[in-house]
Amino acid sequence: MNASLPPQVAAQLDRTLNVPRRPLLTRSGWAVFLFAAYVLLVLVPGLNLLLPANHPFHLSDYWVTLAGKIMCYAIVALAMDLIWGYAGILSLGHGVFFALGGYAMGMYLMRSIGRDGVYQSDLPDFMVFLDWKAYPWYWSFTDHFWYAALLVVLVPGLLAFIFGYFAFRSRIKGVYFSIITQALTYAFMLLFFRNDTGFGGNNGFTDFKRILGYPISAPGTRVALFAATGVALLGALLLGRYVVTSKFGRVLTAIRDAESRVMFCGYSPLHYKLFVWTLSAVLCGIAGALYVPQVGIINPSEMSPANSIEIAIWAAVGGRGTLIGPIVGAFVVNGAKSWFTQAVPEYWLFFLGLLFILVTLFLPQGVIGLLKRRRIVRASDRP
Amino acid sequence: MTALLASLRRVVVSFVLIGGAALLAPLFSSTAHAVAPELVRDLALGENEEKVKAISALVASGDPDALPLLQSLLSGEVQTVGDATVLRVKDGVATNLATGAKVEPLPESRDDVVLNNRVRRELATGIAALQLVATDRATRLAAAQALQRGADEEMLPAIQAALAKEQDPEIKSLLSLTQATVQLASTDKAIRVAAIRTLAESRDPNTKTLLLPLLEKKGADFAEPDSDVRAEAELSLRAIESRLSTGEMVGRVFSGISLGSILLLAALGLAITYGLMGVINMAHGELIMIGAYATYVVQNLFRAYLPAAFDFYLLAALPAAFAASALTGMVLERSVIRFLYGRPLETLLATWGISLILIQAVRTIFGAQNVQVENPAWMSGGVQLFSNLVLPYSRIVIIGFAAAVVALIGLLLTRTRLGLFVRGVTQNRKMADALGVPTGRVDTYAFGLGSGIAGLAGCALSQIGNVGPDLGQSYIVDSFMVVVLGGVGQLAGTVYAAMGLGIANKFLEAWSGAVLAKIALLVFIIIFIQKRPQGLFALKGRMADA
Repeated sequence: MNASLPPQVAAQLDRTLNVPRRPLLTRSGWAVFLFAAYVLLVLVPGLNLLLPANHPFHLSDYWVTLAGKIMCYAIVALAMDLIWGYAGILSLGHGVFFALGGYAMGMYLMRSIGRDGVYQSDLPDFMVFLDWKAYPWYWSFTDHFWYAALLVVLVPGLLAFIFGYFAFRSRIKGVYFSIITQALTYAFMLLFFRNDTGFGGNNGFTDFKRILGYPISAPGTRVALFAATGVALLGALLLGRYVVTSKFGRVLTAIRDAESRVMFCGYSPLHYKLFVWTLSAVLCGIAGALYVPQVGIINPSEMSPANSIEIAIWAAVGGRGTLIGPIVGAFVVNGAKSWFTQAVPEYWLFFLGLLFILVTLFLPQGVIGLLKRRRIVRASDRP
Repeated sequence: MTALLASLRRVVVSFVLIGGAALLAPLFSSTAHAVAPELVRDLALGENEEKVKAISALVASGDPDALPLLQSLLSGEVQTVGDATVLRVKDGVATNLATGAKVEPLPESRDDVVLNNRVRRELATGIAALQLVATDRATRLAAAQALQRGADEEMLPAIQAALAKEQDPEIKSLLSLTQATVQLASTDKAIRVAAIRTLAESRDPNTKTLLLPLLEKKGADFAEPDSDVRAEAELSLRAIESRLSTGEMVGRVFSGISLGSILLLAALGLAITYGLMGVINMAHGELIMIGAYATYVVQNLFRAYLPAAFDFYLLAALPAAFAASALTGMVLERSVIRFLYGRPLETLLATWGISLILIQAVRTIFGAQNVQVENPAWMSGGVQLFSNLVLPYSRIVIIGFAAAVVALIGLLLTRTRLGLFVRGVTQNRKMADALGVPTGRVDTYAFGLGSGIAGLAGCALSQIGNVGPDLGQSYIVDSFMVVVLGGVGQLAGTVYAAMGLGIANKFLEAWSGAVLAKIALLVFIIIFIQKRPQGLFALKGRMADA
């Protein structure tokens, strides 16, 4: 077939059709990646566990927990970037997937309390309090870690798949989609606030004692959870890179930029969107599952619409469509949050609100975009 | 039948007796012994049976002196000397009840009148029956309540007489209930049936509790032995139940319309700005909140400087709320939203940021606690439509207000130049621009208008709910749902969607509880936009994917 084409056109076609796969990470990227892995898996655990508390380089438990918590948020921000940055779908309901993962893990943690609760019953305290006699069916098997871990992935994934299928099939997009996802998380929040849903009502799950047999607040467990979160974050980053550098990722970006044209080229956007949407939800679920044992509580307020919108600002601050940007954004915004809420709590909302406005007005590419632009400017200055 | 005759006869006899006493009274020129002496003697010295009869006779007489006599008997002021003399001893002064003459000195050997429990009970209900004709409403109410606990057939004439005269609805309903209770206990079947029929006409929700026991089984037998009476009771019960359920149904529709009109007010402005600019304004809820706080400020100003005109503060609060929100909205449009044109998702985030700042600003100025906004006096109270349904005036006013706002906006959009421009820009911005419509200014005005309507919504909400910094947050998701359901650019779509959601919400609420109702509606909307992604009233034609 190529024979009938003029050679130049054939060469052009060949180049277009056989685009070489972009590298997963650049050389310097790998260097940074390995350094990050060293910090998360060796340096921080060592500084926290091995050094005595009065040593100047000792890392206190507070910082380890805070960093672990923010890394969970970073996974969520990365998941948000996959759909918003690369597929152009703004979800205002990602909190629901995060919380569902958290609740799945929380069920296991609740059952690991055993008879150490206040009422010394086989049932969790809130069930005794609400006069439940037995576990409802959806609690069955949750005393096995592997089953809970399966739920962490399956429940958010399934919900996202079903919801996404119907939403993308009827080509709901843009603001409409955002509003509907917000309604979704709002509905789930209302549902989980109910006592008879069987998830502890507005108190949620708390007062965990142990995970996999280890006491949950022991320094070793804490650091192990931190390291696990680090592994999950780095893994999510590699997975994200793998997705967006593949041909799949290119089609996804094309859908973001001109969905109609992609359709006219013969692609069905439904499958692309649905896959990345479900993947993103699963990542959120995993982040939630890692978050709950570190923070020690999960309640329905995690599903509040406000929480989910905050996820979007993490991604926006760091820079959408970069994968690394949202991670940076999650650290910047949440770092600022923990400083503000301690030092000047009444100004936190002012700051967050201003951040929303200023970033959308002046920093559409986020912090990473700013750095990139400076690098380009510097490069073009060079003679 | 015989019982009825017996009681009738008793009444007639006592009337004759009283009449006789009344005729005789002028002969003894004294004030205190208008009560027939033989009744007094029976009361004080007779056997229990005679005492009870005398009490009934006194009650039936309607004699103005009967009440003080019975009261002093109950409080132990009536004493006897020997077998004939009956005295009332009060504050160390004795009066002969038969002659009305003062007895001095106080006789030494006085005996208390012995009252057993039965007589005491009769006395108490008798006193209550007499108090029913008192002029003081509180006394009558207390008496009616006392009667409800223990009335018997002898009291019936007194109750009926009081019923005929009574004007107060509360006392009247109590009395008719008591009457029915007494009649239901009658041994006469005809009276029972008549009582049951009267109950069916009653507007009182409590009548049900009177009829239900009749149909209950006690062991093998029914509490009511006669099957005719039972059938009658069942009929009446059904009539009452159907009236109650009608009331409930009407009430549900009313509260649905009320909720719908609130949703309508909250979503109307949103629909306009979304239709015009394709911009979802997340700060819309906070514009509602600003309207509510503006109302609060106006209310405080009136209370401080114009307390005489406090009932009319809403007239000043409406324009104030509109202006405050409209100005805020216009400033927002000019300073932020304008620069994000064509980037709807970013606009969404930026307006969310604005809403956070507004919330915190209100918290800083007015405090995080809810503030108190008082209804004007003419808005409290309501219309009693059914026995179990009261429509509050405040809700009715808000429904009317929402209708007025919709009519005004409709006129504005279809009859004015600005409305023409707004519709033009909504349909095709570029074309409108090319034809010389100043689209930028239209955007600002329309945004101001939408925000102003939000302010009006806030003013209305302040009359029925709490006013706090989080006020807007609780309405934002709902009003989005209205816009999504109704589609944009069409007033009718918003109206239908708001009313539909409001009424559906209230009916589902009755059926499954508030939270599940909300969830069901959200699920419904998600399914709905599968079929009609552009909402109920989509613009047709080339606009479809613009």
